[in-house]
Amino acid sequence: MTQTASSPPSTPIIQLDSVRKTFILPDGGRFDAVQPISLEIARGDVFGLVGKSGAGKSTLLRLINLLERPDAGRVTVAGRELTVLGRRALREARQNIGMIFQQFNLLQNATVYENVAFPLRIHGRHSRAEIDARVRECLELVGLSDKLQSYPARLSGGQKQRVAIARALAPHPEVLLCDEPTSALDSETTRSLLQTLRDINEKLGVTIVIVTHELPVVDQLCDHAAVLEQGRFIEQFAIEDISAERTSVLGRELADLVRERRRRAELAAGSESSSVISFPKASNA
Amino acid sequence: MHDSLIELLPELWVAIGQTFLMLGIGLSAAVILGGPLGVLLFMLSPGQSLANRPAYLVLSWVVNTVRSFPFIILMVALVPFTRIVAGTSIGPLAAAVPLSVAAIPYFARLVEQTIREVPRGVIEAAHAMGASELQIVWRVLVREARSGLVLALTVLAVSFLSYSAIAGVVGGGGIGDLAIRYGYYRFQTDVMLLTVALLIVIVQIIQFGGNAIAHRLDKR
Repeated sequence: MTQTASSPPSTPIIQLDSVRKTFILPDGGRFDAVQPISLEIARGDVFGLVGKSGAGKSTLLRLINLLERPDAGRVTVAGRELTVLGRRALREARQNIGMIFQQFNLLQNATVYENVAFPLRIHGRHSRAEIDARVRECLELVGLSDKLQSYPARLSGGQKQRVAIARALAPHPEVLLCDEPTSALDSETTRSLLQTLRDINEKLGVTIVIVTHELPVVDQLCDHAAVLEQGRFIEQFAIEDISAERTSVLGRELADLVRERRRRAELAAGSESSSVISFPKASNA
Repeated sequence: MHDSLIELLPELWVAIGQTFLMLGIGLSAAVILGGPLGVLLFMLSPGQSLANRPAYLVLSWVVNTVRSFPFIILMVALVPFTRIVAGTSIGPLAAAVPLSVAAIPYFARLVEQTIREVPRGVIEAAHAMGASELQIVWRVLVREARSGLVLALTVLAVSFLSYSAIAGVVGGGGIGDLAIRYGYYRFQTDVMLLTVALLIVIVQIIQFGGNAIAHRLDKR
C-alpha cells in the first residue's frame, strides 16, 4: 500500500493538530463541539473516545475522515494531511479509513454482497474477479459467507454490523473508525462483535478508533482511551495502567472495571474453573 | 352494443393512441429532465452535500412558479413556444409540449421529496467510503429510493392522464377530446360514459402496475 511507504511505523498513524469545530445552531447560537484538541494515535493501537453524550466524541471521530471539516487545525492520517486535499484526493484518501456506525447504514436495496462490493466498485480500478475475491474474503473474515445474497432487512443487528465491518475492510484500510458500533446491540452480540474487532486489529494490524458511551466496551477492546468533556480532553491513559490517579469520573470507573476483571481472572485461575472468565482480554498491552 | 358506439370505435382507437402519445412524451420529459432537476434540488437543499441556499431558492421558486399555473392557462400561454418546438399548436404532439413543461417541475418536486426519505446515515457512509456526488446519486439515492420513485411516477402518470384530457379541449386530441366532442357537445351520453369508463380502467391499470413494480423493487 502506497500510504504505508510514506509514513514510517514510528510516527503516529493519526495526528490531530489543534482541531476545532463549532456548530451554528438553528436559533443562531454557537455550540463548540470540539475545542482546540491535539491527539496522536499510534499505528496498531485500539483507541477509545469516551464521554457523556454531547461531549464531542462523535464529532472528534468524524473529524478524522473529514466527514466534519474542522474550523481550524490539521488532520493527518497515514502521513497524508487530509485538511489540504482537494475533493478528489480526499475521496481517494478515504479508502484508507474505514468507518462503521451505530445504525449500520447499509444499503437496504442491495444484497450483502453488493454492500461489501460498494467501496471497491466506486473506485473503479478493480476487475470483477478481484472484487469478487475480496468480497468473499471479507465476509469470511466476519463469518457471514452464507449470507452473500441476503438483503440487510433479513439480517439481525449483529449480522448487519458484521456486513458493515466487511464493507469497511474491503478496500484494505489502515484505520477503522467506529461510531458507537455496539450501542444498538444486545450484550451477547456485543461481546462477539468486540472479539471480531480485536481479531481485525491483531491479525490485520488495523488501527481502531472507537467512540462509545459503554465503558465495558472500552475495557474489553481498547489499549488506550481519552475522556472528553465539553469538547475538551480531561485525561488520556493506557487502559491497563491503573497505578496513576485518574482525574475524571469515567476514568475512575474504567479503572474499577479493570480491577474487577483482574480480580475475577485471579479467582478463576485459583479455583481452576475457567468458565468464569467470560472474555479474557488479549495481552498486547 | 349501441350503433353510435360501434361507429365510433375507429376514432376511439385513434384517441387512445393519441392519449398514450401525449402521456409518453410528457412522462419521458419528466423523467429525463425533471428527475435530474429533483435530484439537484435535493443536493442543493440545506444540510446536503452541495448545499447552496441562493441556488436552491432560485430553482425552488422557478419550480413553484411553473406549478402554480392552472394547466389550461399554461397551455394557452405556451402557444408561441409550442409553435416553435412542434411546428403547430394543434394535435397531440403540440399538446405534449405544455404537458412536458408542466410535468417537469411536478416530477422534480416529487423526486426531491422521495429522495429525502433516504436515511442520512447511508449517504454519510457513502461519503466516508470516498464516493463522488454522482456515485451517491446513482448508487445510493436512486437505488434506495427506487420504489418511491416508481410510485411518484405513477402519481404523475395518473395526474397527467387527466391533464391530457384538458389538452383535448384546445385540439390536442385523445380520449378527453373524444368525450368532449361527442359526449358533451353532441349530448351522446353513452360515449361520455364509455370514455369515462375507459379512463377509470387506465388509471386502475397504471396504479396497479406502479404498486406492483414498487413492491418488487422494495427490499427494505
